[in-house]
Amino acid sequence: MKRTMIALFATTLCFGTAQAAEVSPGDVEFDGYEVAASLTGAPGDPEAGRNIVTNKSLGNCVSCHAAEAYADVPFHGEIGPWLDGAGGRWSEAELRGLVVNAKMAFDGTMMPAFYKTDGFVRLGDAYTGNAHPEDKPVEPLLTAQQIEDVVAYLMTLTE
Amino acid sequence: MKTKLLQGIAAATLALTAGTAQAEEVIGYDLNGEIPVVVETAAPDHLDGALNTIRSGWTFRDESTKTMQMDDFDNPGMLAVEEAEAAWSTAEGSEGKSCADCHGAAEDMAGVKPVYPKYVEAAGEVRTLQMQMNDCRENRMGADPWKYDASAAVAMEALLSSVSRGLPMNVAIDGDAAETWEEGKELYYTRTGQLQLSCANCHEDNYDNLIRADHLSQGHTNGFPVYRLKNTKLNGVHSRFKGCVRDTRAHTYSPGSPEFVALELYVASRSNGLSVEGPSVRN
Ligand code: HEC
Ligand code: HEC
Repeated sequence: MKRTMIALFATTLCFGTAQAAEVSPGDVEFDGYEVAASLTGAPGDPEAGRNIVTNKSLGNCVSCHAAEAYADVPFHGEIGPWLDGAGGRWSEAELRGLVVNAKMAFDGTMMPAFYKTDGFVRLGDAYTGNAHPEDKPVEPLLTAQQIEDVVAYLMTLTE
Repeated sequence: MKTKLLQGIAAATLALTAGTAQAEEVIGYDLNGEIPVVVETAAPDHLDGALNTIRSGWTFRDESTKTMQMDDFDNPGMLAVEEAEAAWSTAEGSEGKSCADCHGAAEDMAGVKPVYPKYVEAAGEVRTLQMQMNDCRENRMGADPWKYDASAAVAMEALLSSVSRGLPMNVAIDGDAAETWEEGKELYYTRTGQLQLSCANCHEDNYDNLIRADHLSQGHTNGFPVYRLKNTKLNGVHSRFKGCVRDTRAHTYSPGSPEFVALELYVASRSNGLSVEGPSVRN
């Protein structure tokens, strides 16, 4: 019920701004380490988010973070905190900020910035070991939609 | 055989318990029941508290992998060593000479491996063992150099390592080596690639933690070359570095590059005090 209302509201918002353009990585507005506005102008899909968090070739959060919530997925890492309860500990704006660029919240953290396209040392072409071609645009690790999906999933992890 | 194995495990357990008081030398196993191997000891001073105790990669592996390394009959890396032993006394190149013609028995080279990479006066640069081997091939034997980390080169490095097993790693970081060592240190702490990870992120800040299914070690080089069960061959240090850098989604350096030579010197210096173990066994 609550979710349909939010979805409806978001749809209205979208139409209201006449197809709100996606926020590009360079244009994300941080307030401290928080990012209040959705990067797509619409709420994410928590089911899709779960897949991104637990899938090696997508967000691969599982390689560093364990959680009861996805105990069915093998090989949880031990680098970062458990993600159970993250949706209770943090607000949506905080979680979005953490996934976009956790370095804004935790100075020097090991957690990669998932929505960032510049400032890298020896940027490679994905996992090939080769240099990233000069003429190829740099893609962030996750798309705006994927970030929103991950944030929506994290919001469901309230215990 | 079975009793030997059990004894080995018992010795390891005993040693590990004894090692709880920090920075004491821990003998992990007796290689072939004979040579004590130090797998844990006080970190070298230059680490300045970044690590208090250094631990061999062996201590992070599961029991069956560890056991394979404790006896040459069980160590698949020793097959390549046998091949290298044959190559050692086979003449090659325009001069009709073999390694043995100049150096005698391979066992006479005990003590060489622990001090490499090192600054070589005549060359005016820091060199790895593979670079020195190629120097002999080209200038004394009149033979073609081996490609860096090619299987024949890694096998010969494994032979030279095998005769030094049990001796402490002891690379020099001062004098003429200092500048290269500093370069290597800089590389070790540089966060590369789209994931922005440095060697230190994984091997200094997170050793003993799982990253996905991998149990992170301190990333030492005393066990190299390593036989990996995953690719069923001996692997050189630079190839390992390349894989680790690639995994940060970075543009890697190449095996044999000046950057990896400097990095090897620095990483080897972090293992100073641990026994030479190569060829060792990894998953
Ligand atoms: C390479 C390791 C790594 C990866 C990959 C990673 N994280 Fe993290 N994460 C960390 C670390 C370490 C922290 C703790 C912050 C700190 O103090 O450095 C953290 C903190 C967090 C937090 C705050 C946890 C809390 O409740 O305190 C959240 C939420 C989070 N990560 C979500 C994610 C999501 C979602 C992904 C994937 C899209 C992800 N992380 C991928 C390492 C990682
Ligand atoms: C994203 C994590 C990560 C980063 C960054 C990383 N490594 Fe590794 N490294 C690993 C994993 C996983 C292994 C295999 C398990 C182990 O031995 O730690 C490994 C293994 C090694 C080993 C083999 C150790 C042994 O005993 O077999 C060495 C040496 C090593 N790394 C050095 C480095 C160096 C030098 C760098 C930086 C140029 C580096 N690593 C960066 C994850 C990483």
